[in-house]
Amino acid sequence: MAKMKGAIVVDMVSCKGCSLCVEACPTQVIGLADEVNAKGYNYAYMVNPEACTGCSNCAMVCPDSCITVYRMKVAEPA
Amino acid sequence: MEVSIKDIIKPENLVYQKSSLLTEKPMHYCPGCTHGVVNRLIAEVIEELGLQQETIGVTPVGCSVLLYNYIDIDWQEAAHGRAPALGTGIKRLRPDKYVFTYQGDGDLAAIGTAETIHACNRGENILMVFINNGIYGMTGGQMAPTTLEGMAASTCPFGRDPERDGNPLRMTEIVATLPGTRYVTRQAAHTAGAVRKLKKALIKGFNNQKENKGTSFIEVVSTCNSGWKMTPVQANEWMVENMFPFYPLGDIKDK
Amino acid sequence: MKGNEAIAEAAIRCGVDGYFGYPITPQSEVMETLMLLKPWETTGMVVLQAESEIASINMVYGGAGCGKKVMTSSSSPGVSLMQEGLTYLAGAELPCVVVNVVRGGPGLGTIQPAQSDYFQSVKGGGHGDYKLIVLAPASVQEMADFVELAFDLAFKYRNPALILSDGMIGQMMEKVELKPYKNRWTNEEIDQLHPWATTGKPAERERNIITSVELDPNAFERFNHKLQDKYRKMQEEEVRCEQFNCEDADYLLVAYGSSARICQKAMELARAKGLKVGLLRPITLFPYPTREIQALLGHVKGILSVELSEGQMVEDVRLAVDGKVKVEHFGRVGGVVHSPEEVVEALERKIIGG
Repeated sequence: MAKMKGAIVVDMVSCKGCSLCVEACPTQVIGLADEVNAKGYNYAYMVNPEACTGCSNCAMVCPDSCITVYRMKVAEPA
Repeated sequence: MEVSIKDIIKPENLVYQKSSLLTEKPMHYCPGCTHGVVNRLIAEVIEELGLQQETIGVTPVGCSVLLYNYIDIDWQEAAHGRAPALGTGIKRLRPDKYVFTYQGDGDLAAIGTAETIHACNRGENILMVFINNGIYGMTGGQMAPTTLEGMAASTCPFGRDPERDGNPLRMTEIVATLPGTRYVTRQAAHTAGAVRKLKKALIKGFNNQKENKGTSFIEVVSTCNSGWKMTPVQANEWMVENMFPFYPLGDIKDK
Repeated sequence: MKGNEAIAEAAIRCGVDGYFGYPITPQSEVMETLMLLKPWETTGMVVLQAESEIASINMVYGGAGCGKKVMTSSSSPGVSLMQEGLTYLAGAELPCVVVNVVRGGPGLGTIQPAQSDYFQSVKGGGHGDYKLIVLAPASVQEMADFVELAFDLAFKYRNPALILSDGMIGQMMEKVELKPYKNRWTNEEIDQLHPWATTGKPAERERNIITSVELDPNAFERFNHKLQDKYRKMQEEEVRCEQFNCEDADYLLVAYGSSARICQKAMELARAKGLKVGLLRPITLFPYPTREIQALLGHVKGILSVELSEGQMVEDVRLAVDGKVKVEHFGRVGGVVHSPEEVVEALERKIIGG
């Protein structure tokens, strides 16, 4: 069995912390940082990266095109 | 074997990135604004269809007035409500180009009602994108032609009263009755699924222009969380609960 | 042919790409003639009846933004509706030609000729600091000739040009010599001639944006200054006027368009009476022949501005004269046209005797 593992890269400079990606993520990967970016927004980041499947739902709903998504097939440990 | 994030973040594993047609300019929209999603999708569609050199866009007056700063194509900026007339002039003189207009509810369904209806009725071979968030965002949250009954706005602070303010207008159903329209649909962009459907609709709207069989008209039921005075997530929930019953999603016409 | 028909013929012949209009008396023959001539079958010119003058002028905007030669025509109430479009066209620096076959106002007014849209044409009409290039034909021949001239000036300066005619010239029939057909610009020629036009962005150039919005106050001030520089250049280089018997004139009539035709006769009547009267006919109303009027002030003792209005152009005559000699206005309004005898009588009463 293989499963999909994913990761996202958030452009924290242009992220406005709207949290639509947080809501859209089916595996609760994303959270908002306690720190703020230069514009004063609590930017999104992977709070739970192990759960990411690379489904891209976060990138789909992102209004500021901040999210790049990677995905690879990983063999399930026996 | 455990896989590290570093192993995943490699060019060969890339599945989604910002369209190369989106400029580096940060969008001026409020956090969580639907405009950003729709702007991005239009850029993606133009890029994927290879139409950068073939497309002329028309921007409106309202929040998306500066849309031309974000997508790397040729643009014309219209007076309030007049985008369909510009689109007509452009397409009639450059029928070889792909032309789309992008307008909000005040622009398309109030001040530009005549231009909207007549462009659709003539069957201008263009794509019209209609962002309906039920409020005037740019000017600070005033009542729109599409503001729902009872919905508050700064010029109907106690809610829209049809006796005083008239009724919310379903422009999309109106243009669907016109013989000039070929494809009329109402979409949203609040979930990944909705965004994917909207993208398909936009692709259709562009591709339809190859066949010159009439106007493609795509309404996007949208949020204006600032104007509605909600968080972006709350605004999506409010839209599903309140906007969708009056502005139901789906294709109205596809011929 | 009629003045309005001459506009249509000339438009096709000088390679106009598109006409967008809405019917209104007394200029409907422009679009009617175009539709009868079917230029889309010959030159490829597009002709479309829009749903309103607002739509017409904005279709013109769209076409002009593509670097095409695009025009519209209307009459006073319709041109009022176009003012929004005209200020946007001027602000976006788009070339186009608008013909106003003026009728009497205000309001719905009359379908009879008038010259009461001078202020609207020359002083702005829409909002903001902008100018239109304004040409005033006085014959059917000039109706034909000025279409091409207006396009030449509009493209030279990237600015809308207005042909300010009136119901008399529009409906009048005269012999016209039409110019031979010229080819329309090809899309490749437009790419070369008008690199600012929205023609679809190739990889090798920046995107073209046709817009009049600029939110940075300093940048927008600079843009406004640039427009003013352009208008000053027009004032330096593009003034056109015609002078009759001005060299020895004691008294001067200043009149444009149909009123200038009447004044030509009035001048002859006055000369026959022994009065040394000259006529200056501005052909461009903006830029105005200010210096040409000033050059006559050495010998001219008084000026009568004769217009089919309550006195609009007279203000530009007074600005030129700057108090040096007496300037008065005379004109009939409401669709009434003054006679040459009335003009001579007014000259004697208001200027010579006054």
